[in-house]
This record gives sequence, C-alpha cells and structure tokens, in this order.
Amino acid sequence: MNEFLTSIGYMHWVLPMLLLVPTLGAAAIWLHGAPGGPPGDDDVASGTAGAPRLIALVTLAAEFVVSLGLWWAYDPAVAGWQAAFNVPWIPSWGIRFSLGIDGISLMMILLTTSIMVLAVLGGWTSIRRRTHAYYALLLILTAGMLGVFMSLDLFLFYVMWEVMLVPMYFIVGVWGGDRRLYASIKFFLYTMVGSLLMLVAIVYLGLAARSRLTGIPDFSYDAILATARVSHTAAFWLFGAFFLAFAVKVPMFPFHTWLPDAHVEAPTPGSVVLASIMLKLGTFGFIRLAVPLFPAVATNATVRAIVLTLAVIGIVYGALVSLVQPDFKKLVAYSSVSHLGFVMLGIFALTVQSVQGALMVMINHGISTGALFFLIGMIYERRHTRLIEDYGGIARVVPMFAAALTVVTFSSIGVPGTNGFIGEFLVLIGAFRTYPVYALIAATAVIFSAAYLLWAIQRILFNALDKKANFHIPDLNRRELALLIPLLAGIVWLGVYPEPVLRRMEPSAERFVQSVQTRAIAQNQAPAGGIE
Amino acid sequence: MLIQSAASAGTNPLAGTAAGWMWAIPLLPLLGFLINGLVALTSAAHFGPADPTAASHAAHGDDDGAGHGDAHAAHASTRHRFAAVTSIVGPGVLVAAFLLAAAAFLAMRAVPDLSAPFVQRYFSWMPVGDLSVDVAFRLDQLSMVMVLVVTGVGMLIHIFSVGYMREDPGYPRYFAYLNLFVFFMLVLVLGANYPLLFIGWEGVGLCSYLLIGFWFSEKANADAGKKAFIVNRIGDFGFLIAMFLLFANYGTLDFSALQAQAGAFVFGGPLITAIALFFFLGCTGKSAQIPLYIWLPDAMAGPTPVSALIHAATMVTAGVYLIARSNFIFAAAPVAGLTVIVVGALTAFFAATIGLKQWDIKKVLAYSTVSQLGYMFVGVGAGAYVAGIFHLMTHAFFKALLFLGAGSVIHVMHEAYHHTHRHDDAQDMRNMGGLRKHMKVTWILMWIATLAISGIPPFSGFFSKDEILGTLFSRADGSTLAQAHWLGLPGTVVIYGAYALGLAAALLTAIYMTRLMLYTFHGPNRTGEQERAHLHEAPWVMTGPLVVLGILAAVGGWFNLPEIVTRALPLGPTGLLEHWLDPVVGAGTARVVGSGGEVAAGTEGLLIAVAVAIAVSGIAIAVTVLKPARLVPKAQASPEQGFERVLNNKYYVDEIYDAAVVRPTYDVSRNLLWRGIDTGLIDGLLVNGSAWLARLTGWIGSQFQSGQLGTYAWVLVLGVLLVLGAFHHSVLP
Repeated sequence: MNEFLTSIGYMHWVLPMLLLVPTLGAAAIWLHGAPGGPPGDDDVASGTAGAPRLIALVTLAAEFVVSLGLWWAYDPAVAGWQAAFNVPWIPSWGIRFSLGIDGISLMMILLTTSIMVLAVLGGWTSIRRRTHAYYALLLILTAGMLGVFMSLDLFLFYVMWEVMLVPMYFIVGVWGGDRRLYASIKFFLYTMVGSLLMLVAIVYLGLAARSRLTGIPDFSYDAILATARVSHTAAFWLFGAFFLAFAVKVPMFPFHTWLPDAHVEAPTPGSVVLASIMLKLGTFGFIRLAVPLFPAVATNATVRAIVLTLAVIGIVYGALVSLVQPDFKKLVAYSSVSHLGFVMLGIFALTVQSVQGALMVMINHGISTGALFFLIGMIYERRHTRLIEDYGGIARVVPMFAAALTVVTFSSIGVPGTNGFIGEFLVLIGAFRTYPVYALIAATAVIFSAAYLLWAIQRILFNALDKKANFHIPDLNRRELALLIPLLAGIVWLGVYPEPVLRRMEPSAERFVQSVQTRAIAQNQAPAGGIE
Repeated sequence: MLIQSAASAGTNPLAGTAAGWMWAIPLLPLLGFLINGLVALTSAAHFGPADPTAASHAAHGDDDGAGHGDAHAAHASTRHRFAAVTSIVGPGVLVAAFLLAAAAFLAMRAVPDLSAPFVQRYFSWMPVGDLSVDVAFRLDQLSMVMVLVVTGVGMLIHIFSVGYMREDPGYPRYFAYLNLFVFFMLVLVLGANYPLLFIGWEGVGLCSYLLIGFWFSEKANADAGKKAFIVNRIGDFGFLIAMFLLFANYGTLDFSALQAQAGAFVFGGPLITAIALFFFLGCTGKSAQIPLYIWLPDAMAGPTPVSALIHAATMVTAGVYLIARSNFIFAAAPVAGLTVIVVGALTAFFAATIGLKQWDIKKVLAYSTVSQLGYMFVGVGAGAYVAGIFHLMTHAFFKALLFLGAGSVIHVMHEAYHHTHRHDDAQDMRNMGGLRKHMKVTWILMWIATLAISGIPPFSGFFSKDEILGTLFSRADGSTLAQAHWLGLPGTVVIYGAYALGLAAALLTAIYMTRLMLYTFHGPNRTGEQERAHLHEAPWVMTGPLVVLGILAAVGGWFNLPEIVTRALPLGPTGLLEHWLDPVVGAGTARVVGSGGEVAAGTEGLLIAVAVAIAVSGIAIAVTVLKPARLVPKAQASPEQGFERVLNNKYYVDEIYDAAVVRPTYDVSRNLLWRGIDTGLIDGLLVNGSAWLARLTGWIGSQFQSGQLGTYAWVLVLGVLLVLGAFHHSVLP
C-alpha cells in the first residue's frame, strides 16, 4: 500500500486535494443549478433532490477514499508535520497556505471524512427542501472542518474556522426544527463572540512573531511557537481569548447552553456533524493552539484548577441534567457536555494516558453520539416526536432499531469491550496520577451515565407497547442499516483492538505532553519581553 | 493471528497440551452468541421502506386498532421457526467448551508440581506510554476451577433452558444472551490482568441486564434490569478507583507483575487498605452484599434458568473470585479483611432474616443466595481463600439445583394455569403445596439441596460451610486479622462476633429452606381443583440436569474433605481443593495466618457438633412451628402484621434508598441544575440578559435573510472560490 501511495506522490497532494474535492463538489451542485419550483417545494417527492444529493454522496465518498490513504501513508515514527503543503498566500502579511498533519489531526481528518459520508446518507430522505443549497453547504462545511484540522498557519486556521461556522449556521437556521431561528442565532452569537477574540489574539501573535528585518508579520504555527515572545500578562490574556473561543465550541460548562438548542433544532445530519466533529474542533483547538502556545499559562496551578474544575463540573452536571430531559435529543446533547468534560480533563491533566484518552474520547464520542443522533433522526422521521414519553415497548415493533440503539447506548455508557470504555478509562487512569481528586469525582459519571441512558432506552424500547401510534413503525431500511453498520463496527473495533489508532497518535500525544511541560518550565524561568 | 501469537507462549509445561487451547473456551460461547444473535435478528427482520416518512404517513391510515394484531401476536406462546438451530447451537457450544475445559484440566493434572501460571498473550489492548494492558489469558489452578464450574454448571443450565424456554418467541435471543454471558464470565475468570477481568465483570453485568429484562414488555422486569446495572455500576466505580490506585503506585495492572511486587506492599498501610476496600466496593455490587445487595432479589424477574446461572451459580460469585485472585492484596490489608468479614457476616444474617418471610419461591432463594454469598466473603475475608472458593463451588451445585427445581415447579404451575386460563401468581408458595405427589424427582432432588445448604452431613454444603466457620474461628487467635483493629474493636472480638452471626444465619438458613420445602411440596395442595389435574413432572430435558446437580450437591464435599473426617473414615483424599489451589492462594493464606494456626482437633470436633446441632434444630423448629395445612392461597391471604410485615417488606430498604438517594438526585437535577442553573441562571439571566443585543442581531439577521436565502449560500461558495483564487494568484506571479 505504502509503495503505491509513494508512487503517486500521495503525501504531496493529499491535503490540498482534501480541500479541493468538496469545493469542486459544491461548485458542481451550483453548476447543476436549483430546481425551477418555489424554494419550499419537497425536492425528494418531486425527484429534484436526486442530483445534488448524489453529487454530494459521490464527492464525499471520493473524499473519504482520498483521505483513507493517510492511514497507511502517515508514519508515526517520524517527528514533525507530515503531508506538508506550504505555499505563500498573502505574502505582504506573512500569511501562508500551510497545511500539515500529525497523528492527532490524522485521526480527526479520518473521523471527519467518514462521518460526512454517513451524514449524507442520514439526511437522504429527511432533508426535503432546498436540497441543492443544503448539499452545497454540507460540502463547504466539510472543507472548512478539514481545513481547521490541517492548518499550520494561524490566519488560515481562523479563515477555516469561520468557513465552517457559516454553513452550520445556515443548516440549523434553514433546515432546522420549529425554534430554528432562535437556536441558530444563539449558536452564531456564542461562537462569534469567542472567535472574534481569537482573531485579535491571532493578529497579536502574528505581529509578535514578525521579522526583525522586514517587519512582516508571521502567522505560521511553527514560527509563532518558536519566536513569538509575549509578556506573561499578554500571554494570560491571549490564552483567555483562545480559551473562550474553544470553550464555547467544546462546550465547557458554563458556556454550553447553545448546544442543547442547536442540537435539538438542527436536522439530523446537522446534529451529527455538530456532535461528531464540530465539538472536537474546540478540544482540538486546545491541543493545537491554546495549550502549546501558552504552556506557562495552561500549566499555571490556578488556571489549571479552574479549567479542571469546570471540566469535572461539566462531567457530573451534564450527566445529571441529562437524567431529567424529556426530549431524547436534548438528553444526548447534555450527555455531550459530560463526555467532552472528559476530554478537557484529559488534556489538562497532561499525562500521556490522559491525553491519549482525551483523543480517544474525541473519536469515540464522534462515533457513538453520531450514531445516537442518527438513530434519533430515524425514529423521528417515523413518528415525528422526540419526546421519550411518546414511545415505549417499541423493541417489539422495530427489533433491529432496538438492537442498534442498545449497542450504541452501551458504547456511550462506556461498557468495556466497546470504544467508550477505552477513552474514559485512559483519561481517568492518566488524570488520577496528577489529579486524583478530580479523577475520583469524574469517575462517578460511570454511574450517572448508566442511569440516564438506561432509563431513556427503557422508556423508548422497553415497557409495555401501549401507544397506538407506535404499533406500525417500520423497522430500519437498508440505507439506514448501511449507515449504522460501519458505526457499530467502529464501536466494537475500537473497543477490542484500539492499538492501531493509539499507536498512530501516541508520538504526537507524547510530544504534546513533553513540549508543554518543558516549555512551561522554560517560560517560567526566562523573563519574556512583550512586543517591542 | 490469534493462534499464532498464542503458540509463542513459551516454556510453560502446559504449552502444547490441551490447555494451549484455552482461548477457544470463551470463543465457543461467543460463536454461539453470534449465531443465535443472527438468527434472532434476521428472523425478526422486516426491512422498512426506503422513505420512512412516506411509510409512516401511509400507516397512519389504518390505525384502527385491528392492524396491531401482529405486534401483540408476538407475545403469544408460539415457537420460534428457527428454534431447532438454537436448541443445537446454544447448549452445543457449552458442551464443547466444557469438554475443552475438562481436557485442559486433565493436562494440568498431568503436570506434577505446576506452580507457574500458564499465560497466553494474544495482542496488545491498551498500550499507552508506560501503561500496557494486553489481551492475555491466564490459566492457573484457580481459574481452572472457575472455568470448570462455569462451563460445567453452565452446560447443565443451558440444557435445562431448552425445556424451559423452547416455547418462548424470543428463544434465539434468550440463548444469544446466555451464550454471551458465558463468554464474558470466562473472560472474567481467565483474564490475566485487572482491566481484562473488568471486561468480563461489566460484560456479565450487561448480559444480566439483558436477561433480567428479557420479557421487557413488563415494566417491572425492565426496571429490575436497569436497577441491577446501575447498582452494579456503583460497585464498578470502586473497581475502577482500585485499578487507578494500583497503576498510579505500582505502574502495572497485570496479576503476575503485581504479585511480584507484593513484598513491597506496606503491610496494613493506608494505600493497600484503600485498594482492597475499593475492590471490595466492587464486590458488594457484583456479589450483592450490604449495602448494594438490593438489585439481586429484583433480578428474579428474569427467566428462572437465568437466576440459576447468573444470579446464583456464577456471576454473583465473581466478587469472591476477585478477592481470591487478589489475595496478595487483601492479605496485606488486615483492616480490609476484617471489613470483608463483617460485611459478609452481617449480609449472611440480615438476608437470611428477610428470607424467612418471603412468599415468592424465587425471592426466598434470592435472599438465600445473598446470605450464602455472605458466607463466602467471610471465608475469603478471613484469608480462607480455599474455603471461600470451596463454598462457591458447592453453592453453585446446590443453589443451581434449587433454582432449577423451583424453575420446574414454576414451569409446571404456569402450564397448569395456562390450561385453565387462570391468571395467578405461579411463583407464590401459598398457591402451591403438596407438589411432592406430582413431582417426585424434583421433590427428592430439592430436599438433597436443602439438606446441603442447611449444612447437614454428609451433603456438600456441610463441608464447605463448616470449613469457613471453622477457619474463621481459628483466625481469632494469633492471625494478622486478630492483631488488627477494626473501628477501634480488636480483631479477635470482630471475628468472634462474625462467627456468632454465621451460626445464627445457619440456623435461619435451615429454617427458611425447610419452610420453602414444606410450603411447596408438603401439606395439602392449594393450586385449585382444575389446575391440579394438570400438575406433572417436568420433562427429562429439565430433570436430567437436575439429577446431575443433585449428585454433585450430595457428594460435592468430597472435593475438599477435612482431615478430621478422613482420619476417622476412609472417604477419600484429604483437602483435594486445598492442595490444588495452594500455588495460587497458599502464600496469601500463610500471610493472614501469621503466628496463628489450626484449632485443636478436640475444639474442631466440638465446633462441628455445634454447627450440625444448629442445622438440625433449624429444620426441627421449622417442621414443628410451621403449619402448611393452615396456609391459604395468595388471593385469600390477609396481610402480615408487625415485624412479619417489616420482614416481608425487606426492612423497607428499597424505599429508604429511594427517598434518600434516588429522588433527591432527580429533584436536584431537575429543579436546581436544569431549571435553576441551566435555563434559569445561564440562559435566562446571562444569555438572554443581553437580549437587546440578540434581538438587534436577530433583526439584522432577518433583514439579511429576507427572501432569497439560497442566494447567500451561493455567495458563500463564491467567497471560497475567491479565496482559493487569491491563493492561486499568489502562487503564480
């Protein structure tokens, strides 16, 4: 495999190709044009949805195939960025179109490309209006998210960050549920406030790394990491700006209240993309930018205590609030707050195990919660309700749906043998070394997560089949099975044999932990100057 | 891949023998699970339409009530169309696994002085930094005993299930779960490190959840399954913390590597005590001890063979196995050992009192199981690991027999009700009585089991229970436990107290078991005239396994005869199990014994005499006091009064937990966290507090969105193309 990939020069073009393919797909949908009828028309019923969604499916399938080569071509033993692609973009501002990956972004890219294919399938029949616009936006969204994961230029990172926000805003706002406008504006405001501050911080950093000879700023990640000198005070505020941008995205308690609304109102593929990938952009931001750029601040005892406290509150709080949600989608949304709290705990506990665990939780949450949202979408399409109390006993009517939901539930609970366990276990066992009390409190989530999810699936799948509207729900069809089986396979594979994934991420995770620790010590010792 | 890496296991004398196939022992039931699961799912499959929206709209049309017949028809007793496949595969994989286990056992026996465990490493599971967790199995004398019990008793219960469950429409699903359970149970006992053991530990809990709620259309059953899982999770929290403590301090979770460091454990230190206590918290969940025993009686909602296999013979004994496996940890933590003894003895006594006043035949057996597990914990807590495992084994025989016997009774009662179309409680002993005339084989076998559990010689339970109590008594003098203090009390006092509780529980055991037998099989029959005509013995596929268990329950004591018996009577070898397990638990036991020793032969004889006298008097009391003739069927019975009512309501512990823990959790979550903090404080005050900003933006947004929204999507695409264009421009000068 590797020889073949080398022979076609795969690592030279793969990353720009991954951005180009969805963009071309979106352009193709544009060229194909919108159907003639009024925008409110049901495109699925009239057959006009066929072309855009087929283009999107083929494009994203091709995207997935292109990205898959990275699994073999990426060499974990090699330090530094791989598949690098670096050309000047706006030379007078020192902005470059610079891409590259390490083991962490590798897995995030693969997660993104695989989930996006399934997301198209997930909305196959439920997205019925303005399908051409929807699928084009979905493709732009893909490019934006992948761009964030592979950007090695901070300005490019910011551009990609915004590129991905706007399509999601439209997807929630146009194709969402009844309160879609409220939800999308809340989502937009929350994230814009954070990301604008991030832009200021990025410009500040670019100027701080400017060349002494020419005075041209430098936004390249490596340059800022190596040469940007900021005072302790400035570093604190810059960290704060990044923190806010990413904490909203994660979302960390108490910046999370946009999430339940956005999740509930978003159409199924929107919820899946939000949960599976977009939340990870926040935690990825911590791993890539906020923590390594300001190691002294991130490892400062007080800062760490605050972040860890918020993370652990998120874990327990998210689980407890999930317990009492009458809406299944909202329940899963709050459970994300809990799961992402584990990621934050893992990152800031700063041990190899906890960071690897955090990365695993990111992947696992992408699979399991994505699958949960798909399943909710499937049953919603049939019954047009997300309220748990409207169901009951449907395992008798839809046995395959029930089996799939049960497996995904146990994965989300973190039963060993499923992927969910690996992540939580590694986070906790790693965090226990540095912060035993936080880990101990966080570990109580194993009880709460079982409580809220088992109670929910009991009221949906089990108990008496006593509501007439549920008597005739059709079971999963072949399209739905086709999109669930890869997710179920992932749940078992990553639970039983996660070693190939761990091995690819380990050197990057180790470098992250070590460089943050050593650079934090160095920064604390050497007095840093501000911008001259 | 699996077999090849397994072949490189190395120089252990067992390599290359039948024991080298140990990986196949759990994989066989897993295969059974896959086949039965596939049968269950595919035969249920009726694919939905490609567009479910269209379908559900169409389906709304004929919601006149007549159409839902098929949904309800599934509930009627119709045999599954692939039942024959399941009948062969389900028990078949267990028979194969048992034969393989027996072959491995013979191979182990053939090696003289086998001291090193036989470890096969298959692949690396979680390698992260200095943490390394392998998927590896460890076959030593302890896991061998457990594998034999699990596959042997499991095989019998699988065969019994064919008769018990064949008519159930969910038959393949049932066997899928049951096979999966055995797989996880075998992973639990064969796993070579704590995380792998934990896979089995939670996996059996998962299967227990699925099987308790097997008839999920009844809310009570689904509730019971959920309760079992969540309560177990409280224990699992302890298990996790114990693992974290081990790794943080000793850098490994592998049994052999940890045991190698056992010398470095600070004897009686806070760390090792905490580790042991957190593990024990896990045990109280899985093995239903105070304070987490509450799930087990509810677990009786599952099919009765499940109760026999999971909630009596195997899964619930996992905690006992865990302590025996971790003997090197518990032997270094005498305070933890005393805690185990106290909790075990209190549970043994407390559960026995509740068992006195239950009417549901399975509930009696459930509390009996909780009580007997208490004995096992007294044993392993006292460092009598062999005695604990011995009682685990004999208990597996006689309790599986009791449950399956009760299953036969329920099966027959149910059939009788079915014939006469009566809806009554087929498990309530007040509706039974006099069944010995109709079910002679079951009656005799159940009496054997009753005598065994009551501790009447020469039945198996007598030997194992006596060994636990006798060893406990001997620990009161000179052992490290006796020298330690527990909540200020000297260890000696604690041990004597536990011994007294153990004797009291033995008395109660004899009473409640005799009560069960009298009410079920003796006295006048209370099933009703019409129903009586349909009472008969269960088919041979069910009584056959019972007979085998009956023999084991009768002579199981032979596996570990005490010296005081073999000296007097030439019954067989002395301490077979003790010698067998010595390489695994011998060092741990020696550490607990310390400067203490065996009790004198005279004292030992006296203790035995007291124990037997108590058991006999328990039976005598029950026979004299209880009057089966005065019982009336459940429907006509008046409610209990006074303390009897407290017992019948299990001391209201469930209600207390509900009021003290469950309800406050929900209330705080709903009213304080969700409505208070989330939607009230954060959203209401902070987010919408800046409402004018939101409204302004909303207004701008609405202007921005007026009419042609799609246009804006295209503008976005254009923007991206422009950006790419700019980039292109800067590359080409």
